[in-house]
Amino acid sequence: MRDRPVIYSGLLIFVAFLTLPVWHNLFARVTAKGPAPVLPAVQKQCVAPLAYMKSSHMNLLFQWRDQVVRQGSRDFTAFDGRHYTMSLTKTCLNQCHGAKADFCDRCHNYTAVSLPCWDCHQDSKPLLRNTRKTGPPAPLDIAGSGPSWRRGQTRPFALLRSAR
Amino acid sequence: MKISRKDFLRVSGLSCFSLAFRKLAGAVTGTRWGMAIDTAKCLTKPDCTKCITACNQAHNIPVIPDPRHQVRWIWKEPFAHAFREQIDEFSALRAAPAMVLCNHCDDPPCVRVCPTQATFKRDDGIVAMDYHRCIGCRYCMAACPYGSRSFNWEDPRPYIHQATQDFPTRTKGVVEKCNFCSERLAVGKPPACVEICPEKALVFGNLANPQSEIRQLLASRRHMRRKPELGTRPQVFYIV
Repeated sequence: MRDRPVIYSGLLIFVAFLTLPVWHNLFARVTAKGPAPVLPAVQKQCVAPLAYMKSSHMNLLFQWRDQVVRQGSRDFTAFDGRHYTMSLTKTCLNQCHGAKADFCDRCHNYTAVSLPCWDCHQDSKPLLRNTRKTGPPAPLDIAGSGPSWRRGQTRPFALLRSAR
Repeated sequence: MKISRKDFLRVSGLSCFSLAFRKLAGAVTGTRWGMAIDTAKCLTKPDCTKCITACNQAHNIPVIPDPRHQVRWIWKEPFAHAFREQIDEFSALRAAPAMVLCNHCDDPPCVRVCPTQATFKRDDGIVAMDYHRCIGCRYCMAACPYGSRSFNWEDPRPYIHQATQDFPTRTKGVVEKCNFCSERLAVGKPPACVEICPEKALVFGNLANPQSEIRQLLASRRHMRRKPELGTRPQVFYIV
């Protein structure tokens, strides 16, 4: 039984490896809490019933997109007869949900579903004015912009260009 | 479901009739947006760039210093460049500036080549773009004989000064161009460049209506279009 220390330390390493997800979640403070989006303070009713919006808001937004871009009509009559202008920034955010970080991002980050919407459409707060005219790209305010798959990466050739 | 021969004929006849009726109604009450640019009026203020600034402001167009990456919807071009084959070497017009923009052609080559139908022609003649669909292949840029399209080589947002919330920005990797301010037309406003012009050198209107200001102007003044020999039938006219 001279191998006892080797066997036990091996077992210990094995158990530690097996329970790695548990330790990871403990140290990363992962909880069973839901995403908890901030609900609008003023409006009580969305453009469609809550259950529909929860399951199919993307379909509604796709319909809005096609209506506005292809048909050129911007008026939307809701199920309760109220009229809305079909606009992501001006209607959904400005009139109701506020900043996307408080609403959209909560669930989308939780479920790890990335959105390309905000690459072009603007958040409720106006874009920060940028004063970059020449020189290397650096400002912080591009953190929230750019294609989602590229965010946080150094732009190719950026260094080359600034050196020239 | 079984359909009798008589019913089939009835339904197909009715469909043909309604289609013809819609086409006829469209021709009578239709809208065909177009623009006329009065060169002489534009020449009275050679340094004026108000229309360009207004357009940049209205559509969140980035101002990129690198000329290879520039995004332009409306810009100034010497007449000799814009009308290469139509202006002879002794013409006084050669050095005059011409405001050039998307011509919203009647037969647009960019629409024909777009593989995703991101560029399409609306019923009112505006050649519009659906940026959601654009895959950035730049086929339309190769097809456009007027160079009216720009590609976003980089993220435009850092180059946008005083962004407006009335219009989205674009993203890296899509093509963009003038949209005749379709978002302003939808709320009954004229295009931003037309509204701002201090000399009223830009005239916008419905070409389908013979009584409209633009039609009256075109009927009374000598005008030309860019590269008419290509058969794209531009809807932007230059009064000379």
